[in-house]
Amino acid sequence: MPASLWPSWAEMLRFLPEIILTVAGTLIMMLEPVLGSRSRRGLGQFALAGLSAALAAAVVADGSPGPAFSNMLVVDGFATFFRVLVLAVGILTVCSSYPYLNREGASSGEYWALLLFSITGQCVMASANELIMVFIGIEISSISSYVLAGYLRDDKRANEAALKYFLLGSFATAFLLYGIALVYGAAKSTNLAVVRAAVEKGEAPLLLVGIAAALMFVGFAFKVSGAPFQMWAPDVYQGAPAPVSAFLSAGPKAAAFAVFLRVFMTAFQGVSDRWAPVVWISALLSMSIGNFAALRQSNLKRMLAYSSIAHAGYVLVAMAARSQSGSAAVMFYLAAYALMNMGAFAVVAHVAGKGERYVEIQDLAGLAQRQPLTAAALAVFLLSLIGVPLTGGFFGKFYIFKAALESRLIWLAVLGLLNSAVAAYYYLRILVVMYMEEPGEVTNGLGPLPLGLKAALAMPVVGLLVLGIFPSGLLDYAVKSAKFW
Amino acid sequence: MDHLLSIVLFTPLLGLLVLLFLPSSNKNLIRWWANLASFAGLLVSIPLITGFDRTKDFQFVETAAWIPSIGASYHLGIDGIGLVLVILTTLLGFLSILSSWTAIEDRLKEYYAFFLLQQVGMLGVFMALDFLLFFVFWETVLVPMYFIIAIWGGQRRAYAAIKFMIYTLIGSVLMLLGILALYFYHQSQFQVLSFDIADLMKTNLPAGVGWWVFWAFFLGFAVKVPMFPFHTWLPDAHTEAPTAGSVILASVLLKMGTYGFLRFSLPLLPDTSRNPQVVNIMAVLSIIGIIYGALACLMQKDWKKLVAYSSVSHLGYCTLGIFSLNPAGIAGSVIQQINHGISTGMLFLIVGIVYERRHTREIAEYGGLFKVMPVFSMVFLIAALSSMGMPPLNGFIGEFTILQGAYQMSFNWALWSAVGIALGAAYLLWLFQRTMLGEASEKNGKLLDLSPREIAVFAPLILAAFWIGLHPKPMFQVLERPVAQIVERVRPGYFAEHKLASPLTTPAASLR
Repeated sequence: MPASLWPSWAEMLRFLPEIILTVAGTLIMMLEPVLGSRSRRGLGQFALAGLSAALAAAVVADGSPGPAFSNMLVVDGFATFFRVLVLAVGILTVCSSYPYLNREGASSGEYWALLLFSITGQCVMASANELIMVFIGIEISSISSYVLAGYLRDDKRANEAALKYFLLGSFATAFLLYGIALVYGAAKSTNLAVVRAAVEKGEAPLLLVGIAAALMFVGFAFKVSGAPFQMWAPDVYQGAPAPVSAFLSAGPKAAAFAVFLRVFMTAFQGVSDRWAPVVWISALLSMSIGNFAALRQSNLKRMLAYSSIAHAGYVLVAMAARSQSGSAAVMFYLAAYALMNMGAFAVVAHVAGKGERYVEIQDLAGLAQRQPLTAAALAVFLLSLIGVPLTGGFFGKFYIFKAALESRLIWLAVLGLLNSAVAAYYYLRILVVMYMEEPGEVTNGLGPLPLGLKAALAMPVVGLLVLGIFPSGLLDYAVKSAKFW
Repeated sequence: MDHLLSIVLFTPLLGLLVLLFLPSSNKNLIRWWANLASFAGLLVSIPLITGFDRTKDFQFVETAAWIPSIGASYHLGIDGIGLVLVILTTLLGFLSILSSWTAIEDRLKEYYAFFLLQQVGMLGVFMALDFLLFFVFWETVLVPMYFIIAIWGGQRRAYAAIKFMIYTLIGSVLMLLGILALYFYHQSQFQVLSFDIADLMKTNLPAGVGWWVFWAFFLGFAVKVPMFPFHTWLPDAHTEAPTAGSVILASVLLKMGTYGFLRFSLPLLPDTSRNPQVVNIMAVLSIIGIIYGALACLMQKDWKKLVAYSSVSHLGYCTLGIFSLNPAGIAGSVIQQINHGISTGMLFLIVGIVYERRHTREIAEYGGLFKVMPVFSMVFLIAALSSMGMPPLNGFIGEFTILQGAYQMSFNWALWSAVGIALGAAYLLWLFQRTMLGEASEKNGKLLDLSPREIAVFAPLILAAFWIGLHPKPMFQVLERPVAQIVERVRPGYFAEHKLASPLTTPAASLR
């Protein structure tokens, strides 16, 4: 089928969120030099408007699902789910970044532009139907993320974080690209459906497909911080500015899981019994390493980094189930996880103070007495991370382990659940410090919560409670869209 | 009224939502509101008693869609067992809040909020007829109790609160696995997704699977009860919790575990539950709990810890009664659960009252209180007699019925529980002697006797203790049918075999 040079309007509509984001990002970069310093402040709001418009476009695009640009991209329920998710993450990131950057005196247009570009990449990842598009999406998202991690130029730790993230990230991307090349060699196509057909019919040499899958697994596991490729996460999350760490742990991770899931459940579906044990081991390792390392942390950001490794492990449990309900569980969990982790990091960003001097767990001492609402919000996030009912985290875990049992992964479910009980310890420790200790120097000197952070706390709290009490709507949508044709 | 159970369930939640918007500076307003809300919670539960029909099984049933895609629904209903436990919860929920009036001075708003939230969770546990809904309420209860211990607790509160939470979490995550296993077996046999207990009861589990599921449930419930050897969180949690927290923990929270055995383990897994090996293990663990708990009581120097260990001992009777698997044992167990709620609730309140006055719980610090606080001492005496099972008080009815049930299963069981009763009398009377009798020291000489508010807290409990002790018939009548259901389920043909009239087949009118 010869592709017409000019894509149809329907295809443009399907691609509209990415278009909006790119235009908004470019506009920000062009406008910044010509604006006065006062109107520059408005660039954050402009980014927020761009994200909201893109979010609306993504919802509208759901009404006309189908492929776009010669089958390079596809808009289906799965893509919409993740596009909405990363855009929502973007909105929360803007809300928490705005006061943060003002406090650090580092507000500038390029931050917003980079954020928008990174999210564009993640939207592309979510709707990629082609290994090349997967690669392009990951690159757009990652390169902007590398820069964002090192955004505070004068901060030594941020520089270290960015450099580490960049070096290891490029290395992982190389693995991924190598895998893609091998797939092309084996199946003579990079289109997921074509590759899948070739694998299932046995046209592609099994050995080559296996090596390709293994290489791509390395690349994806790195992006989602799954063990044994998780080493970068603690240093990067600790070093990067808090709102950026929040963003990295939610947006790029969710998008990476989206492509991970889509590629492995379509292209490599035919050899799923071969890759399942690998995912099984990686899931168990991620949960155990993440949780047990987090037990020993005293730095909040580093603890949340290890916890995010553990949570990647839970999601991998659902992937190892290799079923529709497993994929739906992945989607539901990532949505709940994005909310709770973004929220937790927003509190960290608030308490940390100028230059992020206060990021030890102990610095939260007595927060409940000085700012009860902030403390209550963090309590909700932590309880959700533990997986206590009435929060989204409970149903997230519930669906994951339900899917695992459904696929007879009994031991993985048992070990995973025990892991989540161990994890309760380090989250509870934060609650203890926050609620039981007398306010210290840090909490006494804490300024009022800025408007942006208020929003960045209120929205996830409401979202988590809704997911925790009425999970039905989101779950039904996830189950419906977790079909890989 | 069609939504009576929902009203009872959500009245505390409504109170909680209003409470959140009250100004935290106005302490008296918050106190009044919390007391009012929990009193309203008690009042709305009274129509449950008057409207209850003991010839029917589940009543006041409500069903609404919740998560249709996985077959979970908002399904509430109570039978006789549920009824008595719901009433126990609404009564003690109110009394524990009333008892906190002067005991708690800081962060009042959060304190009452957690109590009201906890009330919702506990009521939900006793009302839910959907296993997932049950589990959600079950876990919800953990959080407020964690905070109550962690914020308003004693010296080692951080340790106690975390231990409480981790223990119960580990138990309940494994229980969740059991629930899911049952759920999937039901699905594969009926091609229907459902967490409804009535549906799950139809599942025919392979013997090996039933065994594993039973032990998965066991871990969840046994930690909560707590049964030996999972009891170690309890002395810590009880000792560190504020008085009202201990009261709720002992009187209601522990009953969630025994209730779980009655509502889930026995009816859903009848084959495993009557397996002689399982029955023996459960009986041995119960008896160890009874004896060990009582011996530990004799060793305690801390008043509150003594009461805590007495819970381990008393709950041993409850589980022993359940696994006697006969009407006497199970009915006795439920009555004993209520009795324990009443008497141990009183004992914790008593410790709270002296602690509020003296700020120590060392038994050796007290003595001669009988002369200083006569009313208080009488209350204590009644509570102790009720707890040790002295007629005509309530404890006697429960323990005697359990002994009767246990005796039908094995002479040894009855013998050991009788030893436990004797030990119980020993530690309680000894405690009474050490604290109340003798000469009052200088420090104890000027202690104030009970205030009218404190008497108001004890009065309903004392009344209930006498009422159950003197006129237990209504209790037995309410419990007759649900108990018979459980027995028939676990041991089909039990009533015919023992030539007893089954309450299930006989028209109820002819029974009286």
